Amino acid sequence: MPVQYTSIVEEHQAVRNNVGVFDISHMGQFIIEGGGGRDWLNRMLTNNVEKLSVGMGQYTFLLNERGGIIDDLIVYRIDEQKYLLVVNAARADQDFGWLQNHLKVGHASGSPQDESAVADLPDRKRDACATMLVSRSEDFGAVAVQGPHTMALFHALFGEDIELPARNHIIDVPFETSNVSVARTGYTGEDGIEIFFPANDAVKFWSAVLEQGKTLGTKPCGLGARDTLRLEMCYPLNGSDLSPERNPIEAGLGFFVDVSKPDFVGRDALLKTKEFSPREKLVSFRMKEKGPPPRPHYAVFRNGERIGEVTSGTLSPSLNWGIGMAYVSSAHAKIGAEIDIEIRGQKFPATVEKKPLYRKPAS
Amino acid sequence: MIIPDDLLYTESHEWIKSEGDNIRVGITDHAQSELTDVVYVELPKLERQVNAKEPIAVVESVKAASDIYAPVKGTVLETNKALEADPGLINREPYGQGWIFVLKTENPEDLKNLKDASAYKNQIG
Repeated sequence: MPVQYTSIVEEHQAVRNNVGVFDISHMGQFIIEGGGGRDWLNRMLTNNVEKLSVGMGQYTFLLNERGGIIDDLIVYRIDEQKYLLVVNAARADQDFGWLQNHLKVGHASGSPQDESAVADLPDRKRDACATMLVSRSEDFGAVAVQGPHTMALFHALFGEDIELPARNHIIDVPFETSNVSVARTGYTGEDGIEIFFPANDAVKFWSAVLEQGKTLGTKPCGLGARDTLRLEMCYPLNGSDLSPERNPIEAGLGFFVDVSKPDFVGRDALLKTKEFSPREKLVSFRMKEKGPPPRPHYAVFRNGERIGEVTSGTLSPSLNWGIGMAYVSSAHAKIGAEIDIEIRGQKFPATVEKKPLYRKPAS
Repeated sequence: MIIPDDLLYTESHEWIKSEGDNIRVGITDHAQSELTDVVYVELPKLERQVNAKEPIAVVESVKAASDIYAPVKGTVLETNKALEADPGLINREPYGQGWIFVLKTENPEDLKNLKDASAYKNQIG
């Protein structure tokens, strides 16, 4: 995905007002299958997989033993004993290696080369507690369709008779001669879907989406707009706001961690963080004056004392105003706190604000 | 991409218009189209003395902050205050209302080190 096709602002507005299409083929997909899959995933991921009925997905974390974030991802239950993990491109290899290393001795494990493994599995008799992990990242292409006209574009693509999946759900939908998977999710704060299809059909599918979307004001959108859209919603970006040195409690994402589960990787470290409360927390902020936009790594001050660092920052195209997220010492991580962002040696005032930083005007 | 014949250019994508002992400076059409959506311009202080290739202003798009360099040694005479209210002028009229500053040059000979339109055209391919 390029940073932009035409202009970040134009692409951003297309998603807020009409509909935008992102090529997210770079994202990783893993399949976990077998009778032991559910319990195993529950020990690997922070959210509770037991809450998923077939066809449902949830946002969750893959943590290291210290509670640090290896990746944030979505896990879908796509069959009784089959799960799909959609992970960040830059972390896909690392995630897969981590998961593979944690598959217990005695569990069958697949490899990315095991083309036939997944297709054959449902019919194969196997140990009830076997867990099969396969990377399918190379096999799938994907696009995200995001914006208020998502539903119209969905029907233009797949027909009027097929209903959109519910929020956070995934369904299979016939498209031409094969099936594609459609998940009602996204990274923009607008209504949206992510569509997964065979990698060989990527060019064909991309063209079909743009062609069917012509009358709906559809625009191809790049990484730049993806970043401004998610930042207005305060959705974290792994590698910027999340890292192995940060845990979900510090990041303010404890909602996606079920500490009532008896055991998962990183649980003990998180309980400790909760008990002693984290040293720093991720906050969202808005500049007080029109001025230069905040950027990652700018220092954050309060009353002249350095209290943290910006992890994401931009000029919000919807608000036409500087916004960002920063880790600051917990004492100052309070809504309404007055902070300063240092930009090229000069301090600019900002206020810690409630998430999200952008709310859709009531229509 | 527009590259007027009557201007001089730098490798770092500034354009230079000779006005007697002074030069007017902005960024090229190519530069603005790469940056897109200019949202903030930090102008230099008047009377500031600068050396050639010294960062003198900052143009920020949604994407990133980019330094603008002094093409030659000189003193800042004038800055385009209109950019503070409407930074998008750089996108809409890079060679006109989107100019950034005027320098009083120290040595007119320095301009000979700059590129002409055809050399700049070759640079950006």
